[in-house]
Amino acid sequence: MTVTLLDPTNEEVPVARQVTPRPAEVKGRIAFMDISKRQGNLLLDRLQEALEQRLPQIEISRYVKPTFSKPAPDELRQEIKAGNDFVVVALAD
Amino acid sequence: MLGVTSFSLTGLSGQETSFSTDRASVVCFVKEDCPTCRTVMPVLAAMFKTFADHIDFHVIGQTAEGNRQLAEEFELPFDLLDDSALKVSFDTDVETVPTLLVTNAKGQTESERIGFVREEWQALVDDLIQQFSGSECDLDWSALPEWRPGCGSLSVDPMHAGRLQAEAEGSPIRARRIEVGSLDDEFEFMFDQGFTDGLPVVPPTPERVLRMLSGTKRDAQEVVATMAPNMAKVTVEKIAINAVLAGCRPEYLPVVIAAVEAVCTDDFNIHGVMATTMGASPVMVVNGPIRHSLDMNMGLGALGQGNRANATIGRALRLAIRNVGGAKPGGTERSTFSNPMKYTMCFAEWEERSNWDPLHVERGFSPEDSVVTVFAMTGGPTIIMDEDSLGGDALAGSIGASTSTMLNAKAYGFSTCLMVVSPEHVDTFKRDDYSKAQMRRRMQVASEKTVDELIELGVTDEQQARLSKLEPDTRLSKFGSDEDIDIVVAGSEAGKCTAFFHGWIPRSIGSIPVSSKIEV
Repeated sequence: MTVTLLDPTNEEVPVARQVTPRPAEVKGRIAFMDISKRQGNLLLDRLQEALEQRLPQIEISRYVKPTFSKPAPDELRQEIKAGNDFVVVALAD
Repeated sequence: MLGVTSFSLTGLSGQETSFSTDRASVVCFVKEDCPTCRTVMPVLAAMFKTFADHIDFHVIGQTAEGNRQLAEEFELPFDLLDDSALKVSFDTDVETVPTLLVTNAKGQTESERIGFVREEWQALVDDLIQQFSGSECDLDWSALPEWRPGCGSLSVDPMHAGRLQAEAEGSPIRARRIEVGSLDDEFEFMFDQGFTDGLPVVPPTPERVLRMLSGTKRDAQEVVATMAPNMAKVTVEKIAINAVLAGCRPEYLPVVIAAVEAVCTDDFNIHGVMATTMGASPVMVVNGPIRHSLDMNMGLGALGQGNRANATIGRALRLAIRNVGGAKPGGTERSTFSNPMKYTMCFAEWEERSNWDPLHVERGFSPEDSVVTVFAMTGGPTIIMDEDSLGGDALAGSIGASTSTMLNAKAYGFSTCLMVVSPEHVDTFKRDDYSKAQMRRRMQVASEKTVDELIELGVTDEQQARLSKLEPDTRLSKFGSDEDIDIVVAGSEAGKCTAFFHGWIPRSIGSIPVSSKIEV
């Protein structure tokens, strides 16, 4: 006798996403997103200084997520995607 | 032989085609990823050209995308019909594709071919030539393989079979059915599948889930909410399955549904609550008449084990968050220590034991409404035991001062709390006709610290810079506003205690308590 059980999960298979191929060099527009964790801005400040010294062909734009506890709003994600080639997300505390 | 019942399907051209019982028909079931179906495509094309004037021709594909691919690749002269719902395949009892059926003018099946046996297909075509066209079929049979087995029909695939069976039986169940073999232990199987919180769960058989669904009038397929992190559509049925796992009775289901609605709001922010290292978890407080009909515990031991409704309603919500939402420890659930409340935390308010407005009335509901309210709490219940405060001011001050180290002794102005006041403490407040608003204010005053006191405890340069803008004797509140303190009543008649749940991050940056009316 087999027992039939009903699946308690959502049954949906997540889309498998590929990591974007790494470019040979970093140049162009880079988004720096502060997720609003404490001192994330400090981390990004230091990183921005370091990158701008070493990578003259970049232009960094700063973005701030309203709260670290929720996913970034769609509009912010679209804005970052439309205006940038790379994104750095800072987690700090 | 298999029998064809009447059907109507849409072809790739957008035209609808019906099976007629007035004319002879060829009906063939195929699917794109079956190599044998691909083998017979040229045969079906040649048959169509030979017989289409004399006999209806229905080639039925089992996926819409597969149909598009087949039509493109084989330049088919007929309109491939879309049975991606698999209803016609199921109704015809097709187990293998290709399955070819020839029906007479009464709709009865006269010939049947399953898979591809060249000799048998050729014999069938020859028979049709004799009956109808008289002219040869333009086909080089010798170029075809002698024999190819078919593939399994999608309608018997376990991914679809349960749904099709349930639809045929008029059952409300659509969830995937999982067969556990007779040599397997279903309890071990559910552990292995990750369906449990670490404790055994009740096997969610279709019978039990149907009984659970009898606890609500809502449609089993109604989508109650979208739940992070999977952004999963949570149906009443999925909640019912998890309620079975948790050990609920059917009459508890409406409470679990309302709780799912509450936690899946942007205000409550279940994603952040589950993800935080601080180990937050929903604490559920039930108000209104349903407390009595479900025999919930609001008295002795209300916050602990021993009452089925309290224990299993809280557990059902957590299992739904785990199984449907997908928040699992080590995945998106990242708590440093976690918390026993992550198994279950649900209790009822003893509304009748105080003269205060109960929680749901404070939050704008009618006393006759049954309501569940969810709070994101990181710790507790810790006990504030106070037998020495004999008046409202003294007791509220004592309770307030006890909150001053919550999260940490310097954490001022950014959290929340839930206070569960016992009957004996309620009586102390009652003697002084002390209101909840007075209690909140007094708690805030009693837990205040001055800027100097906070700096003295050791702060970062950034905090020092911020605090130094204020006068050194400025007094800061533990909670950002009095409304960040919630108060309910529960517990036994004996014990001068208040139970203290520690909050998480308040307001829109973290979590806001949410109340949801329970639809019975």
